[in-house]
Amino acid sequence: MSGVRVLVGTRKGAFVLSSDGKRDKWDISGPHFAGWEIYHLKGSPADPERLYASQTSGWFGQVIQRSDDGGKTWEPVGNEFHYQGEPGTHQWYDGTPHPWEFARVWHLEPALDDPDTVYAGVEDAGLFRSADGGRHWQELPGLRGHKTGPSWQPGAGGMCLHTIILDPSRPERIFTAISAAGAFRSDDAGQTWRPVNRGLHSEGIPDTGAEVGHCVHRLAMHPSRPSVLYMQKHWDVMRSDDAGESWREVSGDLPTDFGFPIDVHAHEPETVYVVPITSDSHHFPPEGRLRVYRSRTGGDEWEPLTRGLPQEHCYVNVLRDAMAVDSLDDCGIYFGTTGGQVYASADAGDSWAPIVRDLPAVLSVEVQTLA
Amino acid sequence: MTGDADVVRVALPAHLRTLARVHGEVELDVTGRVTQGAVLDALEARYPVLRGTIRDQRTGKRRAFIRFFACQQDLSHEPPDAPLPEAVAAGTEPYLIVGAMAGG
Repeated sequence: MSGVRVLVGTRKGAFVLSSDGKRDKWDISGPHFAGWEIYHLKGSPADPERLYASQTSGWFGQVIQRSDDGGKTWEPVGNEFHYQGEPGTHQWYDGTPHPWEFARVWHLEPALDDPDTVYAGVEDAGLFRSADGGRHWQELPGLRGHKTGPSWQPGAGGMCLHTIILDPSRPERIFTAISAAGAFRSDDAGQTWRPVNRGLHSEGIPDTGAEVGHCVHRLAMHPSRPSVLYMQKHWDVMRSDDAGESWREVSGDLPTDFGFPIDVHAHEPETVYVVPITSDSHHFPPEGRLRVYRSRTGGDEWEPLTRGLPQEHCYVNVLRDAMAVDSLDDCGIYFGTTGGQVYASADAGDSWAPIVRDLPAVLSVEVQTLA
Repeated sequence: MTGDADVVRVALPAHLRTLARVHGEVELDVTGRVTQGAVLDALEARYPVLRGTIRDQRTGKRRAFIRFFACQQDLSHEPPDAPLPEAVAAGTEPYLIVGAMAGG
């Protein structure tokens, strides 16, 4: 019978939430790696039993864990992330040059066709790749080495490469996003890169339409239409119909266009989800009401989804990697909050229920749809 | 202290015991001079998963929130090739690897 496996990274460990296709009864396992920050876990599309996890600690640094049995057991693999060549500098918060320093892995993106190949987006922003199941990591230095690299600056959360999207129709095409540099695209499997930020406008930088410097929070793509991208920027929800060559704002009638995650319905490429957050100085939902907003028109027109979500006294946030969708016939939507709740909808967002309420602050949510 | 092999007792913080899948203290055979560097080399050789969690894998620099104690002394700022106290080399006192108190 079909089912789903929800992979949850939190401030204090990882949790695996499993259910059959009805998605109303859940088995909870964890905490795995208790006490460590788990920025992200993700399963291989080519082998759903192969999972990767980024385990980090301010004390003990970076560990990468791998599972070959769907998260029942784990094995530490390689944790050496060395920038290639002389690391050089980027800009620090005060505008001075600052050496590139590895801090942690924010996002792990397994390849679409090979369980042993996986990409890692790291802080300070760089892209790494392993072709041996996470044992050894090599930087793809063309991204960090882009001519604009020395001008990149960290966002409030650090200078992180948080989004990696692999184009299923063009294996050589990769999208990444960096806070606060912007979106980048490679058309040669990660060797060379260029910024794809035309049409973005950010009030927080001197040249509001600059080539780089935009605080992109998240990108999303529907695999059936890889030239259409959606973006939640620091402020503004954006859309590109030409693989990032140009962007237009689709915030439309959202109550606020600040937020972190954005995702696309598994079967409807024009159905998009965001979680509006009051502002960059108030990282909680407007009016204390937790609302997911859904557009069925690819943006501009949005409807609040509230059934089953707290509509008073709710002051949690939903972080950039903490929303995911399954691909069952009735598309399931999932998100986790900084208050430790993981909410699920088995009807494309019409109604919601918490799977768990009291986890540590949720950093990431991924879903695997199991045959 | 010199010798063919001294047995040094090492106490790890709880998170690193979990990572290395050990309980209690670790006993390590340390050949040659018993220095912090030699103890950490032996520790990482026995438990490769600990590489990078205590000191940088390339530079050998201690991670900022790790401390080294022994015999009621803070040895964190001692050079890696400084000899450890005789009681540590003799195995009568443990070498303590500690996660610094930080964060409240």
